[in-house]
Amino acid sequence: MSDVAARLRPPGQPLGPTVLLVVAAALPLAFLGVFFAWPVGAIMIRGVVADGALDLNGFGQVLGTERTWRVIGQTLAQSVAGTLLAVLLGVPGAYVLYRCRFPGRAAARAFVTVPFVLPTVVVGVAFRSLLVEGGALGFLGVDGGFAVIVAALVFFNYAVVVRTVGAMWAHLDPRAEQAARALGASPWRAFRAVTLPALAPAIASAASLVFLFCATAFGTVLVLGGPAYGTVETEIWVQTTQFLDLRTAAVLSVVQLVVVGASLTVSGWSRRRRESALRVQADTTTDHRLRAGDLPAVAVTVAVVAALLLVPLASLVAGSLRTSAGWGVDNYAQLATTGSRGTLEVSVWQAALNSVRIATDATVIAMLVGVAICVVLSRRPRHPGGRRALGVFDAVFMLPLGVSAVTVGFGFLITLNRPPLDLRSSAVLVPIAQAVVAVPLVIRTLLPVLRSIDPKLREAAAMLGAGPGRIFTAVDLPVLGRSLGLAVGFAFGVSLGEFGATSFLAQPDRPTLPVVIFRLIGHPGGDNLGMALAASVLLAAVTTLVIGLAERLRVQTPGAEL
Amino acid sequence: MTQRRLAPLVALTVAALLGTAACSAIGDTGPDGGSGAGSTGGAGTVVLVTHDSFAVDRQLVADFERESGLTVETTSPGDAGTLVNQLVLSKQTPLGDAVFGIDTAFASRALTAGILQPYASPRTPPAADRFAVDDSHRLTAVDYGDVCINIDREWFRRNGLPEPRTFADLADPTYEGLTVVTNPATSSPGLSFLLATVDAFGADGWLDYWADLRANDVQVSDSWSDAYFVEFSGSQGNGPRPIVVSYASSPPAEVAGAGDEPTTSALLSTCFRQVEYAGVLAGADNPEGARQLIDFMLSTRFQQTIPSRMYMYPVDEQADLPPTWARFGPLSRQPHHISPGLIEANREEWIRRWTEVVVG
Repeated sequence: MSDVAARLRPPGQPLGPTVLLVVAAALPLAFLGVFFAWPVGAIMIRGVVADGALDLNGFGQVLGTERTWRVIGQTLAQSVAGTLLAVLLGVPGAYVLYRCRFPGRAAARAFVTVPFVLPTVVVGVAFRSLLVEGGALGFLGVDGGFAVIVAALVFFNYAVVVRTVGAMWAHLDPRAEQAARALGASPWRAFRAVTLPALAPAIASAASLVFLFCATAFGTVLVLGGPAYGTVETEIWVQTTQFLDLRTAAVLSVVQLVVVGASLTVSGWSRRRRESALRVQADTTTDHRLRAGDLPAVAVTVAVVAALLLVPLASLVAGSLRTSAGWGVDNYAQLATTGSRGTLEVSVWQAALNSVRIATDATVIAMLVGVAICVVLSRRPRHPGGRRALGVFDAVFMLPLGVSAVTVGFGFLITLNRPPLDLRSSAVLVPIAQAVVAVPLVIRTLLPVLRSIDPKLREAAAMLGAGPGRIFTAVDLPVLGRSLGLAVGFAFGVSLGEFGATSFLAQPDRPTLPVVIFRLIGHPGGDNLGMALAASVLLAAVTTLVIGLAERLRVQTPGAEL
Repeated sequence: MTQRRLAPLVALTVAALLGTAACSAIGDTGPDGGSGAGSTGGAGTVVLVTHDSFAVDRQLVADFERESGLTVETTSPGDAGTLVNQLVLSKQTPLGDAVFGIDTAFASRALTAGILQPYASPRTPPAADRFAVDDSHRLTAVDYGDVCINIDREWFRRNGLPEPRTFADLADPTYEGLTVVTNPATSSPGLSFLLATVDAFGADGWLDYWADLRANDVQVSDSWSDAYFVEFSGSQGNGPRPIVVSYASSPPAEVAGAGDEPTTSALLSTCFRQVEYAGVLAGADNPEGARQLIDFMLSTRFQQTIPSRMYMYPVDEQADLPPTWARFGPLSRQPHHISPGLIEANREEWIRRWTEVVVG
């Protein structure tokens, strides 16, 4: 660590602050090490060590089968297609929702985030109910299969692109593009020459997030694809939870790490090539009223929101209003109960309360860890070794999104099981597991903004006699302010909707909303399905509300006039 | 010099990481403070590890806690397979004291792996003896049920087709494209149904049967929810297929109102008998508490809540069944059965060959 510190420290600077920097790096690393790297490493080692000796024969066996390669191909194909489509459709969305001003914008921003937090099993059922023979969209004849999986992946990840890119775009000084226009560039050319390069780091950030989400999608693939569409993630689940074949699972986990590592390398490379200090604005004057030139972006956004988001969500709401006797709000009335057949142990409302509380904890943890990491990552070391170290540090914190929740969950069992860290069946693990997943989102939302601040501003402030606290509040915080709200909303949303890791740690007497939804939809009886759908609508409503509130969160400081 | 602005953040982070345990949700909700499972070990707490379909009337548990002086904590890591495999993996430091939900398909793995210690409960009803896997008293049968083909009777009436009755009917071209089953690799009823076909057609014939089913356009879903609520026509989803793999206890759940007949029924010649067991975990910190918990699960008051809470039949024949069950949810008189040892020896291989034939 001290070696890294030496590299990070620009020459001629005192050592004290460097120590602080190391601490800011070490604490999140310790957090990730204990709650992610150690469990994952331990379970993978179980898979490659037999009778005390290293046994790598599993690699030859697993990688020698044709099915394994089909599964890897499927994983890559759906992830690449899902990522490309989400980015292509999401960038215009980011422009409309973060650069243009129109009535209902806050609601629209919150609305596009809803799919991101919905439980995949329920969305799978909602999608399939539309597409199945006899469903509202059954005439399309595309029930199941690759196209539907990709559509669902875009449905879930659209918000990731819109929000990550939007957070950056909202800060971009419009004057550079205006100047280009004044010099005679067409709107498209001005966008390509000025705005797009400035947005590139944020787009690369978003794309890497979406790729990781797509590569590890589990419920979506399971419900929409059927058995013919196995991915690395579903294979790891089967091999670990059903067969306890840790050897095969370890090989597949290595494959997953290789894919994730490669994608992070590519995105890190494309980000670094582009990242530079930009003219960023702290206030809200960067947006403008909708005008004629915005029409193409608005058209794309409206089309995506209507076809891809609204239709499945509407079918969800419609399903929640369907009762055995026709239509009504019976399913919502049922949310106050444990189900007419007593399927649940606590009422859905109680589960919603649990969810909000746990997500609050997870958000606090994720923000503290995430902001500390961002501060470290926003350094610009002059030494290339330092830059490489930062690149690795950055990628390491993205890994939790790319590694199977099953691997982490089973790893917990054989690591956090004895003093000093005996957390078996402990309630503490649930928010921690959610925070591990939320941290990458916090980083990818805040970092592009922090990195765009010209370091000269901080140096100038210091020259004028400002102390470190004052510099932070006067320079960083005003720019960070709005993005902090975005990050909080994002972290809260992902925590609310987290199911993979949460389900392994679930405590039946204190379930979260996604856990009770999963349970309801796993039992016969029409009212269980109706209640599951109503509970999903409740989850969507809670999410929209919280994210809407978080968006309003803005740190007001005297430096805001910057 | 710019790094000095880190100071407040670092301090904040340290405080937060140290104070994780004091966060809002963890301190003030729920019946317990989130203490470690094995570490408490005090006479007062017993930890039950179970599957994600476990449900019990909270009032009953509260009564049990008051009478026994124990505090019951439950944790449920996933379905029955996940449950057993997690227990096998964590054998050295068990996840709790007692387990409920080890089923027929995974019973042998639990016994071979040595994750259980013997306990012959004095409360075991005589009728439960027939479910004993061996004579070591490590697995105590608590409930049982049948996984069977369910059909939408209404659909067949409407379409003027005779209802199918047997395995062979499902492969009959008359019923082409009408059946949806679940993937045995990802769904426990799917595995049970595969086992039923192995028992019905024998080691030589079951794959041929599945080839016939595939030729008859059988649909495979990865999850029961998808098969039952999306593909199946007989539940609220109103899907296109009237034949589905589900449970003998599903039809009573499809009774719309009091006095109505269910719109679905189970084909009793296609059923696989599934028994759910409880046991005391080897190395439990509170084995005495675990034994009391198993006695409680065998008590009539607990047994009576099993049908409505977990959709299974209680092993205690004295326990009352819901009226709709007696009428609409009969069990098979001659369910298919495969011994847990044989399942354990062949599970992976059968699923692999099934995948080759049915999914390709």
